Amino acid sequence: MTLKLQVGTRKGLFIYERNAAGQWTASDPEFLGDPVTMLLHDHRNGYQYVALNLGHFGVKMHRRSGGSSHWEEIEPPRFPVQDSPSVSAESTEAGESVKDAPSVEQIWELVTGGSDEPGVLWAGTIPGGLFKSADNGSSWQLIEPLWQRPEREFWFGGGYDHPGIHSISVHPDNSRHLSLAISCGGVWQSLDGGGTWELVGKGLRAAYMPPEQAFEQRSQDPHRMVRCPSAPDHLWIQHHNGIFRSIDGGLNWNEIKDVFPSVFGFAVAVHPLNPDIAWFVPGVKDETRVPVDGRLVVTRTRDGGKTFETLCNGLPQEKAYDLTYRHALDVDSDGKVLAFGSTTGNLWVSEDQGDHWQCLSHHLPPINVVRFSR
Amino acid sequence: MAKVIFTPNLERYLDCPPQNVDAESVAEALAQAFEGNQRLAGYILDDQHRLRKNIAVFVDGIMIRDRLGLSDPVQPASEVHVLQALSGG
Repeated sequence: MTLKLQVGTRKGLFIYERNAAGQWTASDPEFLGDPVTMLLHDHRNGYQYVALNLGHFGVKMHRRSGGSSHWEEIEPPRFPVQDSPSVSAESTEAGESVKDAPSVEQIWELVTGGSDEPGVLWAGTIPGGLFKSADNGSSWQLIEPLWQRPEREFWFGGGYDHPGIHSISVHPDNSRHLSLAISCGGVWQSLDGGGTWELVGKGLRAAYMPPEQAFEQRSQDPHRMVRCPSAPDHLWIQHHNGIFRSIDGGLNWNEIKDVFPSVFGFAVAVHPLNPDIAWFVPGVKDETRVPVDGRLVVTRTRDGGKTFETLCNGLPQEKAYDLTYRHALDVDSDGKVLAFGSTTGNLWVSEDQGDHWQCLSHHLPPINVVRFSR
Repeated sequence: MAKVIFTPNLERYLDCPPQNVDAESVAEALAQAFEGNQRLAGYILDDQHRLRKNIAVFVDGIMIRDRLGLSDPVQPASEVHVLQALSGG
C-alpha cells in the first residue's frame, strides 16, 4: 500500500505520498490557514481525523472516510456544562465557578481504541481532560474518574496556561489497559478502561521542582511517552529534563543520562518491532530550545539506552534553529521510515532508520504533528 | 425585531446569514440565532456557553459587559454584531 505522511501545521494539513519510484509528492494543502493540532488515521476502518484550533472560533474536529476527499465536521470533545450563569454571575460565588469552569482549548492527542473496540477513540486535551468516543468521533464523553482525581489540583501547565494530556497508549493486548502522560501531571494508568486510575512513574525526576519534590510523581513533565507495540511493557519518555525508559509497563522508570548532545527535547519514537531502538530530536534545554551549537541532529539508541548515535547526514549542521514538537516525529509501522518536522517549517524523512535524511520542504508553516499511514 | 449579524469571516466555515430575532437580551438573541444552526453556537460560545475569549459582541455599537451570562439588554430595533476580537496585529 502507498505510504502516506500527513503533516499538521500552524496553517493547514499537507499530505505527502511516496510513489513506486520512492519519490515523495505533496498534495494541495487542506484546511489552509487553520492550525492543525492533531491527526489520526484509524487503521481499523480507514477513517481520518483532523483536530483544529481556530483561535477565535475554538477547537473543531473533522472526519472523512478512507478514499473520500470530503471532510465532515463532527462534534469535538467538550467539558460538561456546569452551573448556568446568572445575570450577575461574575460577582457571585456561583459565577466564579462558571467563570473558571473548563472548556477545551486544544486537542493534543488522538488514538484509536483496541482492535476489539471498533469505533472507539480516545482524545487528550488542554486542559487535562481524557475523552472517549464509542462512535467514531460522533460524540464524546469526559472520563470523569480521572478528571475528579484529587491529584489534578496539583497538575500545572508546561508551556500552556493549563495542563494537558498529550500521550495516550492503549495496551495492544488489553484494550482496557490505558496509559497516559500529562504535562505537567505525570504518568497515569487504568486497567479497567478508564473507570479507575493510578498515578505511576517511580523514578521519573523533575529537576525544576524543589529538591525534596523532584521525584513527586504528580509533578512530572513527560513531554512525550510512547510504547513499543510489539513489546508493550517497554515505554520511552522524552521528559522535560531527561530521557527515561520503563520495561515494566510504566510503573518504574530508569533515567538515561549523558546523552550527546543533550537530553532535552520533546519528541521520541520507538521502533514498532524492537523496543531497544528509539529516536529523539535533542535541543538546548528549556531556556532556548534550539539545536545545540546550531547543529540539527537526531539521536538513536539501538541497545535500550546504553549507547546513542548522533545522526546528522542530510540535516543542517550550522546555523539551524529548528525545534521539533512532541508529536512532530513519527516512525512507520515497519520501523524503517522516519519523519520529523520543525517549527521552522522544515520536513525531513529517512528511509534507513535515520542514517540519511532528505528534506521534503523548507517552506511549510510551523509543524505540529507528523503521522504515517498506509 | 432585533437583528443579529455575524462576522463575514465565519462564512469560511459555515453559513450564518443575519437573523431577525425577538429578544430582550443577548443570550436570547443568540439562542434564537442558533436555532437550526447549532454548529454555529460552538463557534461563538465555549463549552460552558460563555462567549469565546476572542469573540466580541456589540449591541448598537456598545460592547457587551456580561460575557458569562450574556444578560446585556437588546431593544426591538437593536443590531447585535458578533465579531472577532483583533489579534495578530
